[in-house]
Amino acid sequence: MHYLLQLLFLLVSGYAIWLFSKNILRIRKNILLGKPEALNDQPGKRWKNMLLLALGQKKMFRNPTVAVLHLVVYAGFIIINIEMLEIMLDGILGTHRLFEKPLGKLYPLLINAFEVLALLVLLVCVVFLIRRNVLKLKRFISHDLDGWPRSDANYILITEIILMGLFLKMNAAETAMSSYHGESYLVSGYIVPIYQHMFSDVQLVWIEKTCWWLHILGIYAFLNYLPYSKHLHILLAFPNAYYARLKPVGEMHNMEQVQQEVKYMMQPELAPTGESAPMKFGAKDVMDLSWKNLMDAYSCTECGRCSAACPAHQTGKLLSPRKIMMDTRDRLEEVGKNIEKNGSFIEDGKQLINDYVSVEELRACTTCNACVQECPVSISPLDIIVELRRSLIMEDSNAPQEWNAMFSNIENNFAPWKLSPDDRDAWTREG
Amino acid sequence: MNVPTMANMMAAGETPEVLFWVGCAGSFDQRAQKITKAFVTILDKVGVKYAILGKEEMCTGDPARRAGNEFMFQMMAYQNIQILNGYEIKKIVTACPHCFNTLKNEYPALGGSYEVIHHATFLQQLIDEGKIKMKDGVEFKGKKITYHDSCYLGRANDIYEAPRKVLEAMDAALVEMKKCRSNGLCCGAGGAQMFKEEEKGTTRINIERSDEAIETGASIIAAACPFCNTMLTDGVKNREKENEVAVLDIAEIVAMSLG
Repeated sequence: MHYLLQLLFLLVSGYAIWLFSKNILRIRKNILLGKPEALNDQPGKRWKNMLLLALGQKKMFRNPTVAVLHLVVYAGFIIINIEMLEIMLDGILGTHRLFEKPLGKLYPLLINAFEVLALLVLLVCVVFLIRRNVLKLKRFISHDLDGWPRSDANYILITEIILMGLFLKMNAAETAMSSYHGESYLVSGYIVPIYQHMFSDVQLVWIEKTCWWLHILGIYAFLNYLPYSKHLHILLAFPNAYYARLKPVGEMHNMEQVQQEVKYMMQPELAPTGESAPMKFGAKDVMDLSWKNLMDAYSCTECGRCSAACPAHQTGKLLSPRKIMMDTRDRLEEVGKNIEKNGSFIEDGKQLINDYVSVEELRACTTCNACVQECPVSISPLDIIVELRRSLIMEDSNAPQEWNAMFSNIENNFAPWKLSPDDRDAWTREG
Repeated sequence: MNVPTMANMMAAGETPEVLFWVGCAGSFDQRAQKITKAFVTILDKVGVKYAILGKEEMCTGDPARRAGNEFMFQMMAYQNIQILNGYEIKKIVTACPHCFNTLKNEYPALGGSYEVIHHATFLQQLIDEGKIKMKDGVEFKGKKITYHDSCYLGRANDIYEAPRKVLEAMDAALVEMKKCRSNGLCCGAGGAQMFKEEEKGTTRINIERSDEAIETGASIIAAACPFCNTMLTDGVKNREKENEVAVLDIAEIVAMSLG
């Protein structure tokens, strides 16, 4: 029986890890559908960003209360997962609480700490559920989240509550047995008398074993849910912070192709002879974006801080930076599936512009960088907006009449207004 | 006004300490011209040796680039850089955060590298160096002023303190809006929005922001950007508060306090 359980554990673990790796590789492949962009310079700054922004959650502290709550769940989740090491080894070796003897007095201390954290995580998850479903905070009831994204957030919170509950019940069942002589633990100790009252030792063994198995199976399920969920940010926040652009946020990505073209126009003697390859300007679809834009999309937690800070969104315009990120991920998933099915991308008559993101949304952006400033995981929705705008203007000549007038004024009068360049210094001649 | 141009300076064999980049708004917009004149008044008073490009200055290309028209941007950038490099310009000051951002952050990749400074920082430095002397019966003493952060000065370039320090030097009582500094709400003009109608929504961005400013009870809304100035002035007018609340540029505030 023992060996069978060990074998079963190995098989389940192996399958869970294999499936997870497969999905992560799939996501990596999708991200690499994006255009290359070198983001390896200044490793010192990048490591610092990763430590401060991802590990230290610096941006979360723009709202300290929520930051502390989030930190509890995050730290709790990571620290409690240290316990996973023992669980894994127990499962493989068929042992029971392998670390109890070698760690001696330290062991109950550790378990007590884990239990307190587990309780805190559980409580915060309840608070988060209340914020989403009872208090209905504005950014959580937004239409961006209609359907699956709203359930996704709730599923994660409920799963965390269940997992923490299983961990506590497992400890309670074990310490409730009459064969157990040590002290009960800090939190599960409160369940012990109830268990002793309700269950026999045989039943307690079954409860303990069941909780152990459900806990580990739950964790594997959670692991494999990540690639389909907004919760992927717990992993991608790290590379996303590392590869964040280090330029000032006010600096737009330079289009060297256009720079060269303009140079040849101004100095025709420098222009190479012969036909040059046709150019594509900006982005119509996800493949036209940089790989960093695509990793941004997979890193998005759909928290909506960007949209809450967006001046256009706040004043009722259609634009929502969060939706831009969700649309990009949805379209990228669609393209990825298309490639998986057909070997290479087969035209499906869709693209990111129009089919996902409307022109009206793109037009409403003031490029104010509030969304970029707010994002706790180093995403730039603005970068995607600007690339889509470039395609609208330069590929489709799709601009509002007023912008066309502005362009022609700049071209002819060197100012965005229809005023003579000769009058540029007219103010110096007035008093 | 006697405003020296680069061409005249060159002809006279002189070089200015700093080039004053006036910008399209500062040159053509009647409201922004007043800011330009106020800044020039300060430069003259302090005795800074400066020059403007005059008719040789062109739009930096900022609105074109942000609308998505990279060709137009590159054309303007190319021509401006030719002129600036031709005059061997080293240092530029401008009263427009959009020009500032483009000149400082975007021209270097195109071959135009200069020390670019926004007038907020420039004024703060002059005050710190004791070069700006105030009138005795100080104009703004104890007056409630709220400062509106320009996106391209604040979030884009991390300049939050300089304009505030300038206002504090005027002995004004600075009050902050709920959304300030990196949380500041845009005036609605950036990203070429200045040049087109807003999309359909529940309210206009400039009205939202002006309301936030009016709510502070300040009698002056200070700005450091000609476009923010226009947007907020319109917003204040929309609420028929123009007699109680003035929208002024920090350069105008300093110029009015000059001794």
